[in-house]
Amino acid sequence: MEEIIISVAQRTLVAGTPLLLGTIGEILCERSGILNLGVEGVMSVGAVTAFIVTLATGNPWLGMMVAIMAGMLISIIHAFASITLQSNQVVSGLALTMIGLGVSGLLGKSYVGIPLPVKMNDWNVPLLSDIPYIGRIFFMQSPFFYMAIVLAVATWFVLTHTSLGIKIRSTGENPKATETQGINVSLVKYGCVIVGGGFSGMAGANLSISYSSSWIEGMTAGRGWIVIALTIFALWNPTRAVLGAFLFGGIFVLQYLLQPLGISPNLLGLLPYLATLLVLTAIGMRDSQKLAAPAWLGEPYKRGER
Amino acid sequence: MLHIKVTDRESISNKRSVMTLIVSLIAGMTAMGLIFLMSGANPFYAIFKIFSGSFGSRYGMMETITKAIPLILIGAGLAIAYRAKFWNIGAEGQLLAGAIAGTWVGLNWGPHLPSYLIVPLMFIFGFAGGAFWGAIPAVLKIRYSVNEVISTLMLNYICAEILMFLIVGPWKGKTKFGYPYTDDLPASAILSTITGTRIHYVTLLLGIITVIILGIVIYKTRFGYEVRVIGENTHAARYAGINFFKATVIIMVISGGVAGMAGIGEVAGLHHYLLYPGSVSSGYGFTAIIVAWLAKLNPFFVILSGLFFAGILVGGDAIQISLGLPAATVQVFNGTLLVFLIMGDYFLKNKITLKWAKG
Repeated sequence: MEEIIISVAQRTLVAGTPLLLGTIGEILCERSGILNLGVEGVMSVGAVTAFIVTLATGNPWLGMMVAIMAGMLISIIHAFASITLQSNQVVSGLALTMIGLGVSGLLGKSYVGIPLPVKMNDWNVPLLSDIPYIGRIFFMQSPFFYMAIVLAVATWFVLTHTSLGIKIRSTGENPKATETQGINVSLVKYGCVIVGGGFSGMAGANLSISYSSSWIEGMTAGRGWIVIALTIFALWNPTRAVLGAFLFGGIFVLQYLLQPLGISPNLLGLLPYLATLLVLTAIGMRDSQKLAAPAWLGEPYKRGER
Repeated sequence: MLHIKVTDRESISNKRSVMTLIVSLIAGMTAMGLIFLMSGANPFYAIFKIFSGSFGSRYGMMETITKAIPLILIGAGLAIAYRAKFWNIGAEGQLLAGAIAGTWVGLNWGPHLPSYLIVPLMFIFGFAGGAFWGAIPAVLKIRYSVNEVISTLMLNYICAEILMFLIVGPWKGKTKFGYPYTDDLPASAILSTITGTRIHYVTLLLGIITVIILGIVIYKTRFGYEVRVIGENTHAARYAGINFFKATVIIMVISGGVAGMAGIGEVAGLHHYLLYPGSVSSGYGFTAIIVAWLAKLNPFFVILSGLFFAGILVGGDAIQISLGLPAATVQVFNGTLLVFLIMGDYFLKNKITLKWAKG
């Protein structure tokens, strides 16, 4: 029993890590006022590039770096369309997802089913990993886990305790007033969309070179969309995102846990998606008037407009 | 120094709209050409092959019409939803829900009923299935402010899993040698096709009727006016006393319902039994988003843009075979075209003047 609990807790964190990475990126992006529905596609590009580079070089760290850069690069499409061209962010985000899923299918065609000889090895934190129970759950994880936690805290710190954070938040809340302060609103938004894309790319790398060590088309399996729901669940707060991501990680693990009970794997497979719906509904029930979303979220902003 | 000045265009002529559209499409195809080049294919040959594969032969043309059937149905339904700024991304799930409901009727009642009864019943249930699946996110949005992009997407995954559950479990056919398919629909429930093609004309006809009805609803009725007001100005809509709940649910019943009809049409017209969700929907629910957008959310134009994108799908199959490019190519093509369509909108709405000045 003990063994089962430890293993479930440990796997919950593993499953929640890519969700956390993606959610931090989306929070950053949405705080600046840009809704990015392209996460699913960007994640997929991250997954395939990380896989290809890791396979070619034998260096998963290099794979991760390239995935981050690829994520940033492809997110420029959405940044340009939604910021410079002030187009509808829903449509442009969907276009990014289509392109991302398509490009990753194109790039990864000849890599389907090839096992990765090296992957990102788990890292045991010295001393801490010797703590009974807790050590095995928290301190014998993949480097992605530690990085995700650090990045979540760092993003929270930047958003709430630095002048850069104030610039980002005020851009999302009131771009007009921000602009009169002499801040380049477009630049802030571009930065957030692109860095956010880097997070999604990293989440994709997490999937292909750590969570599993292979590439298959559609391996992101809707995680990019769950991330967008988690952003709402987290109320645009990176520390709450930690909670949300691991809650959902738990639901992914629950599928495998309940399988031996004879429940159809397909019915279990719909759990994460059903849970997403239920969680959003529950949030809406509690406070349907105001979720405290950034005031200008999803609204195109035209410079100098009155 | 080069100065770029952006000003709002006061009026937009039809001629300018059409020209912008054409330029956007050409630019999109040029970008796609570059992607072909990078994947090691001759871009001119690849693009030529796409259009010769779809519109260049009788067979290609008939296949294009076959694939346009679900795109036109779904695209017209999405057009009305998007007019109200209800971002229904869940046509895939609504299509599957319709396929499930319609197939159930076909399998269970089909053996006892003649064609002229069972076929309409299947479409009614298909509509109801899709409408039910579409109404859920509408209710969730208005009552609990659940973002419809997320809810419609989640419902896609949920419906796909339910369909999988049914075909590997309780609905698994006894005549399918252990494959996860249902049994064939009885002969009376199978839609006939135009000889020598796969065009199931009953669904095609329903698609055209849908387009006409929705066109009239949008442009000629009070409800259509309400839809436009809801989409353009929420505050004005509230002042005008529009019942948001009712209007949104009706919009999504229509949008989901027609996707459901497309779903049962695919099953009864092409496959004849229920199979993997990916094979039933073939991504039509997503492609139809661009179909609606290219049509400028005008149901009548959906016929043209539906045929255009069906052509790209058929041509995409052709280049997969002749150039060895993966299926994902079509997705890149569609996404790229969508980006250029958005860009076109910008140049349509804004006037951009470039000026050289000193300093």
